[in-house]
Amino acid sequence: MKNKSILNKVRFVILAVFGLIMLFPFAWMLSTSIKQGKEVFNLSLIVQNPSFNNYIRLFSSSYFPRWFVNSFIAGSIVTLSILFFDSLMGYTFAKHNFRGKKIIFILVLSTMMIPTEMLVIPWYLISSQFGWIDTYWGIVFPGLMTGFGTFLMRQFFDTLPDDLFDAGRIDGMNEFKIWAQIGMPLVRAALSALAIFSFVGNWNAFLWPLIISSETSMYTLPVGLALFNGEFQTEWEMIMTGASVATVPVLIIYIIFQRQIIEGIALTGVKG
Amino acid sequence: MKNQIQKGTIARQRERWAYLFISVPVVFYVLVRFMPTLYAFYLSFTDWDIISAEAHWIGLTNYKRLFSDKIFYKTLSNTFYYVIIGLPISILFGFILAYNIDKLKIGNSIFKTVYFMPYITSMVAVAWVWRWLFQPAPIGVFNNILITMGIPMQEFLNSTTQSKNCILAATVWSGVGFQMIIFLAGMKGISKQYYEAAKIDGASSFNELVYITLPLLKNSFIFLLITGTIRFLRIFTQVVNMTRQASGGPLNSSKPLVMYIYDNAFRSFDMGYASSLTVILFIIILLITLIQMRITRDEK
Repeated sequence: MKNKSILNKVRFVILAVFGLIMLFPFAWMLSTSIKQGKEVFNLSLIVQNPSFNNYIRLFSSSYFPRWFVNSFIAGSIVTLSILFFDSLMGYTFAKHNFRGKKIIFILVLSTMMIPTEMLVIPWYLISSQFGWIDTYWGIVFPGLMTGFGTFLMRQFFDTLPDDLFDAGRIDGMNEFKIWAQIGMPLVRAALSALAIFSFVGNWNAFLWPLIISSETSMYTLPVGLALFNGEFQTEWEMIMTGASVATVPVLIIYIIFQRQIIEGIALTGVKG
Repeated sequence: MKNQIQKGTIARQRERWAYLFISVPVVFYVLVRFMPTLYAFYLSFTDWDIISAEAHWIGLTNYKRLFSDKIFYKTLSNTFYYVIIGLPISILFGFILAYNIDKLKIGNSIFKTVYFMPYITSMVAVAWVWRWLFQPAPIGVFNNILITMGIPMQEFLNSTTQSKNCILAATVWSGVGFQMIIFLAGMKGISKQYYEAAKIDGASSFNELVYITLPLLKNSFIFLLITGTIRFLRIFTQVVNMTRQASGGPLNSSKPLVMYIYDNAFRSFDMGYASSLTVILFIIILLITLIQMRITRDEK
């Protein structure tokens, strides 16, 4: 028994040391972002003269505020759309019977297998034909619904007893109301996990936003960061400030919702 | 009789609602997923380059070109290098973390939070932080550590032999938390009775690991192998952001297939050829998915 507690202490220490190593890039990024001048190349995490000048410079003399807003708008539109359509479709697959249900469900699932890289060329063609380049619609339209979200929501609606919905029918509610007022409140946990995944996934998305935006003012944060960094190759403190701006909002969401996020990820593994 | 008719109309009415509910998504999936997929296949048989108004059917020319394209083979082998070297390391670290965290009574939620954090961080930001860490001395942290340890400075991202490993270091760091969470979920699902029975039989913890934990985590391993293979096959963002002038260099030494697709499509606007490359990627992913379906079906 005593052996075991020593072993656990060793485990704890090793995990803690590796944890610090994992955190180091974050600490490095944040501490550099508040460094000035020569201190940037002083390889220490402790900042002698901390200042937010880099942030002020970033937000006043570049497109960063605009990119931030762009990412926020695009992420919000996609998230709302996914919450609505994926849960409606997931519910329909779980609780309704109709001809062709099985084949349609398999087809929706199979879309998860199509690599985005294959779709971006036709998407780009459509977008240039219809004038969607450099518009929010252009950024968001490919992600408005997902096979993954539909599958996840179906799994959750599947666990709810049919009686709940029949009770609504006896009360004379229409099918849309039954979904919105009976079904949706019961899957709130799944919805919040799906919302977080969708928002964070879109906030971090790179390939498609890179392709669809040609005007600097329409970049999302990751695209702006990548191209802006290309220009500021030697000003590492500015690059780290930009990286911090892209990272901190997600970290805040993560700290608040870590339990839902981690449980949601675990669930995709168990059910996927 | 009347009752049955009524039942029939109610069922039909509900079916109509169902079709209404799925109508918009079905249109979406057809227009934004399936038609573009077919269109990509079609484009791979054409010479379309955006500039010219029309795409000409050129048969298998793109595919013939592909099989004699040295850069295609280079990027394909880089991509497989990422999968074959990076994925096992990522899964192994994820397992070691999960195994030890699972054994701990205290502090495991903090460890979970810390190790998972990089996974949700923007890959562009991650790539630039790592790019800086790999710079030459005096500004690069890793090289400074090497020098204080008396080891000569390394080229890292500027070396044709090391660049892939530098990219993998950042990739493994960012993804290991995901593997860990999946393993932890799998371990939680193993009944405690197995371990109790093993304890009565006097099994060592090594035996428990080999005869209970590992076999019962088979599904987690399969899941991570498949999703991980697909994720490593699609490496792109980190290479664009970590290599000089987003070149996948030096000398294409770190360029993955997806980046070669991007270069052809959106830097040289050779959409037809790029499409044929995406077809190859599609076939590889399709094969992997079919293998997964085969394995999981055998389970049942």
